[in-house]
Amino acid sequence: MPWSKFQQDYAAPTGGRTISYCAAVREAIDQAMGHDPRVFAIGLDADDKFGVFGSMANLSHPERVLGTPIAENAMTGVALGAALSGLRPIHVHLRNDFLLVAMDQIVNYVAKWEDMFDRQVRVPLVIRSIIGRGWGCGAQHSQALHGLFAQVPGLKVVMPSTPYDVKGLFLASVADDSPVLFLEHRWLYKNTGDVPEAIYTLPFGKCQRLHAGEGLTVVAASLAAVHARLACEGNGLDVDLLDPRTIKPLDIDTIVASVRRTGRLLVVDYDFPFGGFAAEVCAQVAERAHGALRQAPVRICFPDRGMPASGILERAYYPTPERLAAAMQNLLDGAPVADDLLVGGGHGR
Amino acid sequence: MSGKGHKAPVKAKAKAAAKPRAGTARVATPKPAAVMPSSAGLVRLLEDDGTVARGKDPGLAEETLLFLYEQMVQVREFDRRMLMLQRQGRIGFYGPILGQEAATVGSIAALEPRDWIFPALREGAAAMMRGLSLTEAINQLIGNGADRCKGRQMPCHYTFKQGNYYGMSSVIGTQISHAVGAAMAARIRGDDVVVLGYMGDGATSANDFHAGMNFAAVYRSPCVLFCQNNQWAISVPISKQSASETLAQKGKAYGIPYVRVDGNDVLAVYSVTRAAVERARQGDGPTFVEAVTYRRLGHSSSDDPTRYRDEAEVKAWEKKDPVDRFRAYLTRRGLWDDGKEAAFKEGIAQRVNDAIAAAEQNAPPADETLVTDVYEHVTPQLKEQLAEVLALEGRGVNEGAFPL
Repeated sequence: MPWSKFQQDYAAPTGGRTISYCAAVREAIDQAMGHDPRVFAIGLDADDKFGVFGSMANLSHPERVLGTPIAENAMTGVALGAALSGLRPIHVHLRNDFLLVAMDQIVNYVAKWEDMFDRQVRVPLVIRSIIGRGWGCGAQHSQALHGLFAQVPGLKVVMPSTPYDVKGLFLASVADDSPVLFLEHRWLYKNTGDVPEAIYTLPFGKCQRLHAGEGLTVVAASLAAVHARLACEGNGLDVDLLDPRTIKPLDIDTIVASVRRTGRLLVVDYDFPFGGFAAEVCAQVAERAHGALRQAPVRICFPDRGMPASGILERAYYPTPERLAAAMQNLLDGAPVADDLLVGGGHGR
Repeated sequence: MSGKGHKAPVKAKAKAAAKPRAGTARVATPKPAAVMPSSAGLVRLLEDDGTVARGKDPGLAEETLLFLYEQMVQVREFDRRMLMLQRQGRIGFYGPILGQEAATVGSIAALEPRDWIFPALREGAAAMMRGLSLTEAINQLIGNGADRCKGRQMPCHYTFKQGNYYGMSSVIGTQISHAVGAAMAARIRGDDVVVLGYMGDGATSANDFHAGMNFAAVYRSPCVLFCQNNQWAISVPISKQSASETLAQKGKAYGIPYVRVDGNDVLAVYSVTRAAVERARQGDGPTFVEAVTYRRLGHSSSDDPTRYRDEAEVKAWEKKDPVDRFRAYLTRRGLWDDGKEAAFKEGIAQRVNDAIAAAEQNAPPADETLVTDVYEHVTPQLKEQLAEVLALEGRGVNEGAFPL
């Protein structure tokens, strides 16, 4: 199918139609299915009356939406089989935490099939999954785990933060001949923004600048990007905020170019700290632009423990725009971010 | 734990719950004839009007019968109140049991106190029957500082080691292999405990079900794998979950004796489970039980079943109410009457009220608990992260709640 004709130069629209992040996902799925009869959706509750939090409600091709029994590893294997045979499955997971049940299929097969078998067969599979969070969710219903997946060769990991990005990157994921892990954050679903009605795709591996500044480079994706933007805008901070949008492939060139100007790097990553996405960005920047850093790079991640279920503890556990603003201000002041949510804790001292 | 207040009004019963050995030791062994192993036919002892066919009454002691009834009524009232608390924003999540009281209470009562339980979402009553006080249960639902889990685990995911009630997982079916493994270990140790592993109908599709059943059979694991087939896995009906004529018959392929029981018939559930437990204890291996019942409310407080199922179906199952059916039986036997019922319900309502009041007095977990228990010693990294949490302003508000 001629998916290539939809590729456009990247430019965020202005003054167009405004819809929600959720509606943008729904539109992308609907248009993908309408455009290409090989596209179908499969997953637990994919066909439920709630339409996967509304993201698959009232699709034009309900006959191509398969709800499945509860068996994540099997449904992933089934989706892979369908992809190998020429269809373009959208495999839906309501929650990231349950992707772990399908880890064998994802890591050993989906990610490696093309590589191991010399691309004789392609794997045009999109695995979309939703990051939850909130009072009562706790340690098995709140995880992002994108760092874990990005570690696996062969997977692309896409984490859009805006309605425009989510539509364009979703369609790009369906158009892609290789497997894509597409992570949406449930807390972004009600956010609104300009989204063109037509089918369009956005390129992987290209940062979006959400706020311009010269004093500090901040890298953040998905909900963390939205929080970081609120922090910058609400406090007039001199921050160059980059949303990578796809953490793999990673647009490290844009990040390094920014750090060369600002001399400082903060990575905000709503995931566990050890060996994660934030660590990867810091490592790559240190490898490429060590001399440009005026201060050690800084990470803000979740505490190195599972999420609490208690509402009281959650409020302490999760970073907020206010806390991000305070950390950014400290860095801009040139002060060590002594007691930040920092992983290393004040290496800049 | 501040459980004293709510235990006082029902001293005798609470004592039985707190010391389950005494409570269940009096339970009589059912007549083996009540059970039909490896049958796809439905085992049913109690008719809708509370009668039992001649020769089929399992002959339980009066005290046991009343204990079963008390527990069924208590969990129903607990459910009703906890859903209200959830709607009022006083707890974050709740998974109700309404309609499945007989399947849970009847099966738990068939165990000895030393036997182990690996629950799924709707077996919280089992922990309470093993001595978890209502206040402690509500502490867990709130996630306050007195909660054994320190506010870390989702509501309804109780754990209660003293009662041999092991923590459930949010992931479907994983507890099946845990139960099988615990039972295998018991055999290895030479211990005669039996393990009861619960699951829902949805779990029979999960990988762990197949592997767990196979392990149980191959190793003659002394366990009872008990499936509460409540017809719905969130919004997935059983017809989309399995093409088997019954779930029970899945046991056949693995070489596990199986039995299908009316899950709204507490006497049948008790008898079937008791026989299965005894088989296991005698070294005859596992049994797979399918209890046919119905989830009358949503999957959880986050669900709205009116969006995906027919109200007539719910109404039809209301007529098979397990509590009403059992009360009719007790009334026919002269063990119960309206006067007792009124006083009894009032006592249970008071017990739940007292437990809520006591639990809500407990303070939230201390911030310091955010970094404890992950490793034996708090790591330097976690210490630094905690220092920030305590130092910085701008602590978040709870913008969302489950299922966000």
